[in-house]
Amino acid sequence: MRSATGQQLHATSTEWPPIAALSTCMDQQTDNVIEIRDLDYSRGQRQIFKGLNIDIPRGKVTAVMGPSGTGKTTLLRLITRQIRPHRGTIKINGIDIAMLSQKEMFRMRRRFGMLFQNGALLTDFSVFENVAFPLREHTRLPNRLVRHIVLTKLHAVGLRGAADMMPSELSGGMARRVALARAMVMDPEILIYDEPFVGLDPISMGVIVRLVRKMNDALGISSILVSHDVQEIATVSDQSFLISDGKVAASGSPDELSETPSDLVRQFMHGMADGPVAFHFSAPDYAEQLLGRDSE
Amino acid sequence: MFRDIFYTIIGFLRTLGAFQLFSLRILANSPSIFVRRFSLVVKQVFNAGAMSLVIIMVSAFFVGGVLGLQGYSNLSKFNAEDSVGAFAAFSLLKELGPVITALLFAGRAGTALSSEIGLMKATDQLSAMEMMATDPLRRVLVPRFLGGVISMPLLVAIFNVIGLFGAHVVAVGLLGVDTGAFWQQMQATLTLPDVYEGILKSVVFGFVASLLAVWEGYNAVPTAEGVGKATTRTVVITAIAVLILDFMITAAML
Repeated sequence: MRSATGQQLHATSTEWPPIAALSTCMDQQTDNVIEIRDLDYSRGQRQIFKGLNIDIPRGKVTAVMGPSGTGKTTLLRLITRQIRPHRGTIKINGIDIAMLSQKEMFRMRRRFGMLFQNGALLTDFSVFENVAFPLREHTRLPNRLVRHIVLTKLHAVGLRGAADMMPSELSGGMARRVALARAMVMDPEILIYDEPFVGLDPISMGVIVRLVRKMNDALGISSILVSHDVQEIATVSDQSFLISDGKVAASGSPDELSETPSDLVRQFMHGMADGPVAFHFSAPDYAEQLLGRDSE
Repeated sequence: MFRDIFYTIIGFLRTLGAFQLFSLRILANSPSIFVRRFSLVVKQVFNAGAMSLVIIMVSAFFVGGVLGLQGYSNLSKFNAEDSVGAFAAFSLLKELGPVITALLFAGRAGTALSSEIGLMKATDQLSAMEMMATDPLRRVLVPRFLGGVISMPLLVAIFNVIGLFGAHVVAVGLLGVDTGAFWQQMQATLTLPDVYEGILKSVVFGFVASLLAVWEGYNAVPTAEGVGKATTRTVVITAIAVLILDFMITAAML
């Protein structure tokens, strides 16, 4: 919901005092909305990222792909500073998010919308109240206007008629659409989708694909989409990054990725069971193990 | 072996430090939430307090009844059965009221708090709040903590009243103790400091039980097993903490 002057809803918030420096930096328009440099992150003994570099272009749908366990969701959590990297920088609109205080980071997050893998709807609130939640928390808009905005967003995802339902009454696809309405209710600058296609039937998947593209183009936002559904990503994304072994293995448009000679990219794009990403997890010799000699 | 002991101690100290920081954050945010988001606190007083009323009242009646029976049975050996009212009042107001209410609270409201917060964490609801620029500690944990802190003294007061009613029904109604003597003995022997001790215990137990419940829920491993374990830990740790604190407060107030 951008007004004619381009002012966004969070400008109406009064909870925190405006932070002049942050706002100035936020309004600087660079080509890349997010820049990640030399990112290292480990979980326990396992290194997830080793010097990762990614630029997310402004106003585009950018897909981050990779085999399961490569750290796609972890990357989103790093971008939104739910976790912190061990080395490297993440800049959003030119601001290094590691330098922000918690208050400033919360302020920054008002420019984000995030669609979680399972929707993450608040289970004790109705669909309407879930979508209204960010408005009630961060603005002092009158109830009539909140109702108007919420119904507009629910209409955009085709669920205006489900406004009074509870999350437990929704199907997986409906829950994700409600979560999408909630993610965009504050008119975010960046919309993040974590595995939006997982577990959906073809119709729901088609609806989500169409919504991702429509929201990005209609609202002029930047979208980051983490997924391993190659077909859907090919339909919706402008640019894709394939992550493997803690780094970007390949990047470009979906067509360019398909043409990449790399064995890994070919294995991923064509869904081959074996290749650089081995089918078998590291294990002792099969025959030796069956004969019980592996423990000797 | 020494290495294991060393890491166990380090782990314990780390948890203790994290718990202290968590407690400070909860306390630091409590006044503003109490004033600015009072409706959230009222809702939690209903969830933690009003929803625990049935178990508290039923338990109180029978605890009072047992005090009436035991008191009569023992005091009548010394022809002092008229003092059964004073005996029941002392036991309830100073010890059984706060302690049993806290244990029941941990079982009913504490587990509900832990599992609710743990499940919110497991289903990414807390992360979603963070992403909506809302601090879950302020929006979810502090109102629940305050709800528990406010509920406990009220529940203890209700427990005491119903407990005394139960003692009266058994001692006067069933065993024939004189009703005037029952109340007069109580009035003559019970002093205000005895009442204050019970109130102090109820406030301290409410604080500890609520804090432990939200801590365990917030730090639950976000899996079904993790939430289950956190819920169990809430009851066990709260019960131990309440009994230790009861001893300490009793010793300090003697």
